[in-house]
Amino acid sequence: RAMPFENYDWSDVVPIEQDDGPDPLAQIAYDPEYSKAMGYFRALSQKNEHSERALTLTEKIIEHNPAHYTIWYVHLNEELDFIQKQVEQNPKNYQLWHHRQVIVEKLKDCSLELSFTEEVLNDDSKNYHAWTYRTFNLWDNELTFVEKLIEKDIRNNSAWNQRYFAIFHNPTKPSEEFLWEEVQYGISKIKLAPNNISPWNYVKGVIAKSKLKLDVLEELCKSLYQQGIISPHALGCLVDIYEDRAKCGSINEKELGIQTCVLLAEQHDIIRQKYWNYRKHVLASIA
Amino acid sequence: MGIIDGPCPLEQLFSKNDEYSTESSTQQSKTEKLVYDLFKTVKEKNSLKTIRLNRNSHIKYVTDGLKGLHRHWVVLDANKPWLCYWMLHVLDLLGHDITQELISRGVTTISKLQNVTGGFGGGPGQISHAAVTYAAVNTIAILGTKEAYDLIDRENLYKWFMKLKQPDGSFIMHEGGEVDIRCQAFDGGIGGEPGLEAHGGYAFCGLAAMEILGKTDLLDIPSLFRWASSLQMKLEGGFQGRPNKLVDGCYSFWVGALFPVLEAIMTRQQLKKNDANCKELDEYIAQPLFDREALQEYLLIACQNHKGGLIDKPKRSPDYYHTCYCLSGLSTSQHHVIYDFEKATSLNIEHGELNAGDRSLLWFEDETKILVLGDPSNIVNATHPIHNVAMPKVKKMVEYFREKPFSS
Repeated sequence: RAMPFENYDWSDVVPIEQDDGPDPLAQIAYDPEYSKAMGYFRALSQKNEHSERALTLTEKIIEHNPAHYTIWYVHLNEELDFIQKQVEQNPKNYQLWHHRQVIVEKLKDCSLELSFTEEVLNDDSKNYHAWTYRTFNLWDNELTFVEKLIEKDIRNNSAWNQRYFAIFHNPTKPSEEFLWEEVQYGISKIKLAPNNISPWNYVKGVIAKSKLKLDVLEELCKSLYQQGIISPHALGCLVDIYEDRAKCGSINEKELGIQTCVLLAEQHDIIRQKYWNYRKHVLASIA
Repeated sequence: MGIIDGPCPLEQLFSKNDEYSTESSTQQSKTEKLVYDLFKTVKEKNSLKTIRLNRNSHIKYVTDGLKGLHRHWVVLDANKPWLCYWMLHVLDLLGHDITQELISRGVTTISKLQNVTGGFGGGPGQISHAAVTYAAVNTIAILGTKEAYDLIDRENLYKWFMKLKQPDGSFIMHEGGEVDIRCQAFDGGIGGEPGLEAHGGYAFCGLAAMEILGKTDLLDIPSLFRWASSLQMKLEGGFQGRPNKLVDGCYSFWVGALFPVLEAIMTRQQLKKNDANCKELDEYIAQPLFDREALQEYLLIACQNHKGGLIDKPKRSPDYYHTCYCLSGLSTSQHHVIYDFEKATSLNIEHGELNAGDRSLLWFEDETKILVLGDPSNIVNATHPIHNVAMPKVKKMVEYFREKPFSS
């Protein structure tokens, strides 16, 4: 498929113009190359032509407008047909399998893949590519990959989210020991930059899914404050801890919780004053 | 509250990088500096009270766009309904009359986008797409005439929509397209798919959808409230879309509009817990739950392009998407739009369970809490927190379709 779309013979094709209706809103002054390509595309669609020149045409259109979802749909289905034919002839070619995976991931539709690999395995029950393709054993690799990204930038919230995903969406459930280690990992990153919200959210998320309690963060929060490091995340965490204890009857901690909310609302996290005043009110209402 | 006249000197509001800078904190500092410079000028000139929304230049920006767009807008060729919605909604917000001629052109344009198999596509001959259909229907609401409403082929729309439904309960965007399920993340926000990072855009769509479905009790509301609050930037005043990312004017709506919905949900929960006779609202909950002045400061001072249109952040170019959502966010922060619980209760007693359309009509503006920063003429029209269409237009369309019951 190396030919640019202009080099194909289009003499048999009558381009169909776009019908926007008379005097449409927000009409785009299309580039002539784009208009031409779309004109041919409409003509080929009408004939239901699936060919190499049709595939090249979709590539040209996507080059102009990568958000043209209809063209992507047509393009990817053409590709799947193309690969199907190729794999029948070359069932052990790495590139074809990879390419198919890329397409399938784009289509987000794995339903074909199980039957597809089944067909291949029917012919060759030990085809390594087909078996690999079927497994979902990314998990160990995923954690290593995520760790690299966190090291690169501890404020990368997406990487922290992926870490959570890799651990909790894993078919293997994490042990309590493993979760304890994760909390320690999170705490070590918090200490590097206590005003970075990502590891705080992560650690609290892990604790919520374990048998641990928020109390395990109390020492960290208090020591930061004592060192003169003001982090609204640390103070907010203390509010949560005090609230839990207030609900269990501790009047002293109820008071401490209220004071910490005031500290946040009036000094250290003023932009969120409404939120902290609400939290203060919730604490004050605890019987 | 607010930032420029707030208790804290501007210089103290810069983010602390804890002497450990990374790419994220470096980018954040750069953005803060840009906004700081603009805020500092306003503070020194003491010009906050006279700050102006450049209404006319934004109107011109959009009306020029409606006439025709430069070729580089080809990247939105599959998004015609979105373009129409963004532009027409801006006119509604700014109180600029949508003429008969514009309405007529709008009806024709949208009519070319509906597919016989149901739903709307992004351009003539394009297959139907769920997000695009949402934009087309919103556009029809804004056009607001019987002719526009009658465009919608409800029966086929419903059939097509149900074809998109997945076994796990989610919907794909179009045949062969990406899965779009909303899911609450560990930090309280909502992401695009289970396990994906929580994000302002998805959070709004997810929460609004749940409110329409009447299923908000399935969400962990306290942690969603906390996550949403955490996204307001203490120096810039605007919202980021995700933790540790940069402020962006469009999140003024996506995140900003979470608060009126959260307020309604929390009030509903509180009323349920109360004594049967106690209809008293909790003043800590029944109020705008974010810093409104700060958001308006960001939008008016940092998000207006001097030639017309609004922007993501200083130094960026305007586009119709940002113009729409910056102004929608401005509206959300100026007007306190709330849910009418009293009316809901009495309607419930009279008619039984209310459907989503009925509930859409129960939002109204509490005019005791209007807040317009700067010149009083900066006021824009109120927008519906669930639909992001002007309130009267929501009412008109729902009432029209209510007269024509539809059964699948």
